[in-house]
Amino acid sequence: MTVLLAVEGISKRFRGLLAVDGVSFQVARGSIFAVIGPNGAGKTTLFNIIAGSFAPNGGSIAFDGKRIDGLTPDEICRRGIGRTFQVVRPFPALSVEDNVLIGAMLRRRDPASARRHANEVLGRLDLFGKRHQPASTLTLPDRKRLEVARALATDPKLLLLDEVMAGLRPAETDRMVSILRELNRDFGLTILLIEHVMRAVMALAARVLVLHHGAAISEGAPDAVVRDPAVVQSYLGAEAVD
Amino acid sequence: MIARLLDGVPGRGLAVLAGLLAVLLAAPWVANDYVLTVLIIVLYSAYTGQAWNVMMGFAGQLSLGHAIYVGLGGYAAAALYVHFGVAPWLGLAAAVAIAAACGAVIGFLAFRFGVGGVYFAILTIAFAEFARIGFDHFRWVGASSGFFLPVANYTRNDLWNLRGDPTMFYYVMLTLTIAAFAICHVLLKSRIGYYWQAIREDEIAARSLGIDTFRYKMYAIVLSAGMTAVAGVFFAFYYNNLFPEQVFHISRSIEMILGPIIGGIGTLFGPLVGALLLTGLSEAMQELLTALRLDVPGAKQVFYGLCLLVVVMALPGGVWPWVAGKLGLTGPRS
Repeated sequence: MTVLLAVEGISKRFRGLLAVDGVSFQVARGSIFAVIGPNGAGKTTLFNIIAGSFAPNGGSIAFDGKRIDGLTPDEICRRGIGRTFQVVRPFPALSVEDNVLIGAMLRRRDPASARRHANEVLGRLDLFGKRHQPASTLTLPDRKRLEVARALATDPKLLLLDEVMAGLRPAETDRMVSILRELNRDFGLTILLIEHVMRAVMALAARVLVLHHGAAISEGAPDAVVRDPAVVQSYLGAEAVD
Repeated sequence: MIARLLDGVPGRGLAVLAGLLAVLLAAPWVANDYVLTVLIIVLYSAYTGQAWNVMMGFAGQLSLGHAIYVGLGGYAAAALYVHFGVAPWLGLAAAVAIAAACGAVIGFLAFRFGVGGVYFAILTIAFAEFARIGFDHFRWVGASSGFFLPVANYTRNDLWNLRGDPTMFYYVMLTLTIAAFAICHVLLKSRIGYYWQAIREDEIAARSLGIDTFRYKMYAIVLSAGMTAVAGVFFAFYYNNLFPEQVFHISRSIEMILGPIIGGIGTLFGPLVGALLLTGLSEAMQELLTALRLDVPGAKQVFYGLCLLVVVMALPGGVWPWVAGKLGLTGPRS
């Protein structure tokens, strides 16, 4: 396997709180990797460090063989990492199409070809029919899809998804899972997701990392991880094993 | 070029646009001096409103000190003309450069150090006030007693030196306004325009899509400052006098932004529609109050304020998006 993202001993401290405590893991090119853990485990902080929103207090991150820790969010996107936000951040007054178009313009200077690419991405995310609506009129599941579409339009090598299943009904979750699988299969897109919805994690991820109180307590294949006593005790609860 | 300008404009919109252009071009033949003067004020407001709109309407950066760019532009070109005999069209280049540099300094300080929102607005006011106080003591350009351009007997219109009758100034202002519209239209449809709107809507999301927000905000303030300085040059040569207490005063900055706010922030036609309404309203109010013998000091301002209040409450998005929607002219954001 070749490594696309290598996180080495990353730590982040907010005043007295050690939010992320020496976390290390590697994401293989073309794989789907999930980070799970209870609320407050440091998942989103870890994610924001990778995406450049925070600089880490210690450790290093290499993407595609180059150090990226401490770079700005826009530079990290230009290097090939797309991200979504847990609390969605659409451009509300702009149309769905223009939202995605802005992402597409990163690597396509010509508005016409950027628009073609945006429409292609919208089609994949089931949003093509709603492309002329203002983003502010979308329902939550559609906004979650718009987040993914916009990030995807920047042609990332790695897509960071922060709880894109949260708030979705089971049928919508299954649809999102199959969309992500298609992206992974058709384009070899590498995906790193933070997720609470175990149904999605089990269906998607080849490897899972479990965070608890900022530290990695387990890592491995999904079915092995959910049987790990440390994970069961801290996060899933005994009944999840059955 | 023309095809790109007209791209995406519906047929009805084109017809209205052509009609409006014809009326504006023909105006000097039918209008008397009073109406022509009012029209010059309308176009001047539309132009400066458009320049401000680039920053606030497109890129979402609230400047409440745009008078500084009018003043710097006006003083630069006027000083070059009076002291060195440099023609205003050449002085214009210096005026734009000075104002753009000033915008770059303000933008750099604010955007590099994360000064945003109302704090950015306060910074822009502060710089305009620095300029006002500074020019009050700047003897080379007359300090607080004002700076005057020679109005000596010209017998014919001299476009090169911007000396002439109101008709000439009207056409100059009309040309500038049309140029500003064309530039904004093209920018809004290009990458820079979309990036500005992304920054306006959500700067954090914009950065996550690879947009260097600092750079694009700098483009917005430098362009807006430069455009505004052009209006300053016009102002100096049209009125032939500059007083720091007037040109740099905060009320000038506020006047400049009322048009786009009333007309529709972030829209192309908002500044023009707003300028027409506000100037029209102001002049009509004067006539009405005089006719009713209610012309006591302050009465005009009170009525003016009430009218603004009604518009803002009834149409918070501005008049133009509502009118455009009713007439089926364009989308809500064009």
